[in-house]
Amino acid sequence: MAKRTDIKKILVIGSGPIVIGQAAEFDYAGSQACQALREEGYEVILINSNPATIMTDTAIADRVYIEPLTLDFASRIIYKERPDAVLGSLGGQTGLNLVVELANSGILTEYNVEILGTDLQAINRAEDRELFRELMMEINEPVPESNIVHTVDEAVSFANKIGYPLVVRPAYTLGGTGGGFANNEEELRIIAESGLKLSPVHQCLIEQSIAGFKEIEYEVMRDNNDNAIVVCNMENIDPVGIHTGDSAVVAPVQTLSDREHQMLRNASLKIIRALKICGGCNVQLALDPQSFRYYVIEVNPRVSRSSALASKATGYPIAKLAAKIAVGMTLDEMLNPITKTSYACFEPALDYIVTKLARFPFDKFVHADRSLGTQMKATGEVMSIGRSFEESFLKAVRSLEMKCDHLENSEIAADSDEVLWEKLKHQDDLRLFVTAELLRRKASVDQIHELTKIDHFFLHKFEHIIALEQLMLNNPRDLNTLAMLKENGFADSYIARKWSMEEDDLYAQRKQNGIMPVYKTVDTCAAEFVSATPYFYSTYESENESVRSNRRKIIVLGSGPIRIGQGVEFDYATVHCVMTLREQGYEAIVINNNPETVSTDFSISDKLYFEPLTIEDVMHVVDLEQPLGVIVQFGGQTAINLADALVKRGVKILGTSLANIDLAEDRHEFEAMLRKLQIPQPQGETAIEIEEAVAIANRISYPVLVRPSYVLGGRAMEIVHNDDDLRIYMATAVKEISHDAPILVDKYIVGKEVEIDAVADGEHVFIPGIMEHIERAGVHSGDSISVYPAPTISQKVKDTIIDYTIRIGKGFQFIGLFNIQFIVDKEENVYVLEVNPRSSRTVPFLSKITGIAMSHVATRCILKESLAEQGYQEVIHPEGNRTFVKAPVFSFAKLRSVDTALGPEMKSTGEALGSDVTLEKALYKALLASGVKVPDRGNVLMTIADEDKEEALSIARRFYNCGYGIYATSGTAKYLSAHGIEVHDAIKINENADKNVLHLIRMGRVNLVINTMSQNKSVSKDGFLIRRTAAENNISCFTSLDTAKAMIRVVESLSFTTISMNELEAV
Amino acid sequence: MKERLLILEDGCVYHGLGFGYDQFRIGELVFNTGMSGYQEVLSDLSYCGQIVMMTYPLIGNYGINRDDFESLDPAVFGFVVKEACDTPNNFRSDMSLDEYLKLKKIPGLCHVDTRAITKKLRSTGTMRAVMADSGCDVEKIVKQLKESDYLHDQVKRVSALKPFPIPARGKKVVLMDFGAKHGIIRELSKRHCDLIVVPYNTTAEEIIALHPDGVMLSNGPGDPKDMREAIIEIKKLIEHGMVIFGICLGHQLISLACGADTIKLKFGHRGCNHPVVDLESGKVSITSQNHGFAVSEESLVHTDLIMTHRALNDKSVEGVKHTKYPVFAVQYHPEAAPGPEDANSLFDEFMDLMESEKR
Repeated sequence: MAKRTDIKKILVIGSGPIVIGQAAEFDYAGSQACQALREEGYEVILINSNPATIMTDTAIADRVYIEPLTLDFASRIIYKERPDAVLGSLGGQTGLNLVVELANSGILTEYNVEILGTDLQAINRAEDRELFRELMMEINEPVPESNIVHTVDEAVSFANKIGYPLVVRPAYTLGGTGGGFANNEEELRIIAESGLKLSPVHQCLIEQSIAGFKEIEYEVMRDNNDNAIVVCNMENIDPVGIHTGDSAVVAPVQTLSDREHQMLRNASLKIIRALKICGGCNVQLALDPQSFRYYVIEVNPRVSRSSALASKATGYPIAKLAAKIAVGMTLDEMLNPITKTSYACFEPALDYIVTKLARFPFDKFVHADRSLGTQMKATGEVMSIGRSFEESFLKAVRSLEMKCDHLENSEIAADSDEVLWEKLKHQDDLRLFVTAELLRRKASVDQIHELTKIDHFFLHKFEHIIALEQLMLNNPRDLNTLAMLKENGFADSYIARKWSMEEDDLYAQRKQNGIMPVYKTVDTCAAEFVSATPYFYSTYESENESVRSNRRKIIVLGSGPIRIGQGVEFDYATVHCVMTLREQGYEAIVINNNPETVSTDFSISDKLYFEPLTIEDVMHVVDLEQPLGVIVQFGGQTAINLADALVKRGVKILGTSLANIDLAEDRHEFEAMLRKLQIPQPQGETAIEIEEAVAIANRISYPVLVRPSYVLGGRAMEIVHNDDDLRIYMATAVKEISHDAPILVDKYIVGKEVEIDAVADGEHVFIPGIMEHIERAGVHSGDSISVYPAPTISQKVKDTIIDYTIRIGKGFQFIGLFNIQFIVDKEENVYVLEVNPRSSRTVPFLSKITGIAMSHVATRCILKESLAEQGYQEVIHPEGNRTFVKAPVFSFAKLRSVDTALGPEMKSTGEALGSDVTLEKALYKALLASGVKVPDRGNVLMTIADEDKEEALSIARRFYNCGYGIYATSGTAKYLSAHGIEVHDAIKINENADKNVLHLIRMGRVNLVINTMSQNKSVSKDGFLIRRTAAENNISCFTSLDTAKAMIRVVESLSFTTISMNELEAV
Repeated sequence: MKERLLILEDGCVYHGLGFGYDQFRIGELVFNTGMSGYQEVLSDLSYCGQIVMMTYPLIGNYGINRDDFESLDPAVFGFVVKEACDTPNNFRSDMSLDEYLKLKKIPGLCHVDTRAITKKLRSTGTMRAVMADSGCDVEKIVKQLKESDYLHDQVKRVSALKPFPIPARGKKVVLMDFGAKHGIIRELSKRHCDLIVVPYNTTAEEIIALHPDGVMLSNGPGDPKDMREAIIEIKKLIEHGMVIFGICLGHQLISLACGADTIKLKFGHRGCNHPVVDLESGKVSITSQNHGFAVSEESLVHTDLIMTHRALNDKSVEGVKHTKYPVFAVQYHPEAAPGPEDANSLFDEFMDLMESEKR
């Protein structure tokens, strides 16, 4: 079948904000899809609410709408654009769900819009558990014993029939949200209740547990001509039981004989054919390690996180081809974009092994429940490639940036055997480190297998790594040993530490003795065909395939795995930098290790090195490529942190120099510089000892803001109000305090937070915009709602900010991007909170809303083209009439035991943009897009700290006047009633288990919770439970009165207030 | 493990480590891109006289089991891998790769840059090669390699010595064994065929005397043009009106018997991911392949054969059928083992053809 000519205009639906379970992989898939469709001559209209992505760049589609992904807004775009077709299967679960909603609403029929890719029936048959089971039975594919339930009692009665353990899987949720294992009735009741609530159709699947089976995935594709292929298969090192997004995964499968593989391959192809999917599909299977028995676990009838991984693991661009299939093209008429000499209708052959490891947010959420299960908890992932499992795996370990350069963790090393065995049972994010430590202590592979069910094959590989460690210790500085260690993926830093050497001495010694890596190509065909693809990985073998060209070249460092505080925004900036370098005639070389992102799409750069971002791995590329320099300012803190070591090794940092980076990052130098520039900052000092910190705090007076220096996203940052809390903080919050990493103790100033991103060329500064945060200082900027143009600050303040920005840009001699956070107090004094000598989280947001491609401009500055030469004569970009609001998006429902209260430590995983002609409308859209439901009537629950009650009163009154019912806990209720607001009492938690405040939330009686925390931390237990219950029940909870005010403002704009004449008199 | 060399006829020497057996034979070095199925590859008799190199670097992970052999006695002359797993794990695993190679007297070589060697073969074509102990006289060995000829009697080495039956109650099929994979027998037996396996040099008369419903021409090693006598007998069978299905070498022999020509491919097709287009339906099957020779497309012009299947990538002939007689053949392996089973229905076509030709 050939390309469709009867459709001209296609609406593509993106995946929206980044949350756990749906991350940057859809930026990659979506951008590829849009480009593929345009390549084929279609007009592409895009809707996506996520401003931080490449996908929402205006260059990606003919028209890009950054609007909430709701039925309402998608319909508006259909009215306006009248597309011929809609494509949702590349926008993750969100895209798929929206297509279903649109179809159900009848608008697609009314406007004659065809669904492309996977059709509605296929979506339903794959997504609806009952239909899916029916289909599987029809085609004779086994599924575990299970039943669909709509109530908790139904779940229990089914469980009584088939016995425990069981798995609960809510229908139509992301990344298995709300699911879990139940070993008994009590657990089942809890999980089933939350699962039913989270499922948009209120149904859950209760399933026989097949924990311990091998978990195998097949990425399959099918076209309209019924050609179907397997792009890649993958094996989870963690058996069934741990969500594949959290599992350690290898590709291709390692422990299956060809018969087992063909059996599962046949099943996968049969399924994609039965579902009649046109495009990509992910089939998850469970295989009994002791027989040929297998079960189909799940089918995702769309491009997924796994398909992004499969694309990067094989080089085969699934999303791109899926988009082309959606418009009627067939696999056998499309060329394989990697080889360009063979066709897309084939199955990639790998000649390397790929490892994926998940990046967990537990370094930031230290109190979170770290155990792994059916609900995904990782925020991101890394991928690595090697010619042996050991090499591939250890490269992945050091790519994680978890302060581990080896399968060794110092905390775990200190545990007793008993503790380790106990930890192994619980299967948390460190399970493989625990496994390694136990093997180190001579535990047997069988013992560990007994508990973890990890295949002996992998355990033997870990054992081999441990044996090599011993070899290393027994043969210090021996060259043959070194060569063997390097072949097996050991890091220089680790070997050097164990051999008591300096890392660069070891590197030099290796270089001298020719123990250096070569680079191999990822070519989809195991070298069978010639391939021109510049996609490389390192290994220690004989032939090097990466040949240095004669062109002027620059290396751009990526930002590694996505984590809280360093998200897809940095990939956005990296990609723009790379594109600009290419435009300007440079060879742009990318080093990165994140399989989800656009920057690791081999077609973006001139050369892609899929490598860990450590000094050793980067220097190998530098040594080979001999670039003009390295750009570090777009890759977030990951890249910035490498600058020092690069300069020490004689590598040139392009853009802002290392000295000036340090000037901004080193506390003392920074303070001195600001003093020199006569720019005020909150008073503060650094401390290493506990009592030193207490003395400083008393000198500058409480409240103080404390945090470690050199941190990301406000990790371990707190506002402290007294000596006791400060002592607790110093003793517990931060593990490693040293002269290199002291604690900063700053005066906490109450005021508005304002942020700018700017570009400088070393002499001049250009500011695209000033953003104001809705929440007062104290809430991390990444978690604040940000508004542009700044709505409440005066021109005088703006002028001060511009003045300070210019002084800082010139004073620090920035070349490229920088970001400044300001605080403005009531007297309109402006203080500088921090200066980041790099691209920031807000760069994509500001670039999009002002139309100034900041990374592009910055890259040209880095290439020595002045701002003036680029046409930026003015200092600040003029503000327009439209209001833009960026709202944070959280993944709290997926992270048990994490406090949702906002503070100086960042907690959000993504962001959404809303824009309109008024602030209220823009806020409404931003809130909606970020997942906050904004009903025009309902009930609000308020539990307010004493010091906030006065301020909360007016908020309560405004909700009340809009017709909202007000629920409040006793203290708050008393206060509000006393001020003439009718309040329903919410019973305290310990008072009545069945009817207390948590019950109110669970029963869905309130639509919204406003909860503020007392400065006295010890009484916060109830508040924590209220916030968690809200999160788990998908009810928005605002912990800042500023957010609550924004919300009521929106509600008021949507609704009418009714006030009796009697009240009017009172007012 | 001792150091062991792999020496190529062009003088290239690769230093690796030895495993398996420790006596070496000169063979044609070929590569296979399958990521699983090494046991089937090792025991596939079509590799007789060849040293097989796997491009996937981790081989032996799931060991060797008693079920997945494609012959009782493997005929490969050597096995080259990047890494041979010595701690395999699978519920069916009986022994390690190393143990099996020792048992079957096959020398192995690991710890070489198999990708570099693959790239070499890709550009120069397959070459004669041999393993050797370190410290050997490389020059002498290279000279020996250059002077040695490829084998011409592989089929004779691997074919059954005398006929034997595999009785069942279905269609009677004579399987001409040129080194048949068990997979072919498995597929025919699955369809209840009453099989008689006959040696490669059985005459047409002898076969016809068995009154079969059809004849299956198996896969096998070597250059099809070495099989002059068999080609003559096959021609007779065709003209007799016998239902014939040929696979791999069988396909080449049918083509030669009908007057077409075969050519040697530069480095062949060996792997589990080869797309083949069915020219009639336009559908693509991913197929298992193992052949170093192919039927030349131009040579079909003056024959009664038409091309039915084509390799999607290099456009080579992957299947033919006779326009006058009930004869068809494919170059690839519908019996899979190892590899995809997409083309399995060809055996059903054979069954249907026998049914419809029944008088």
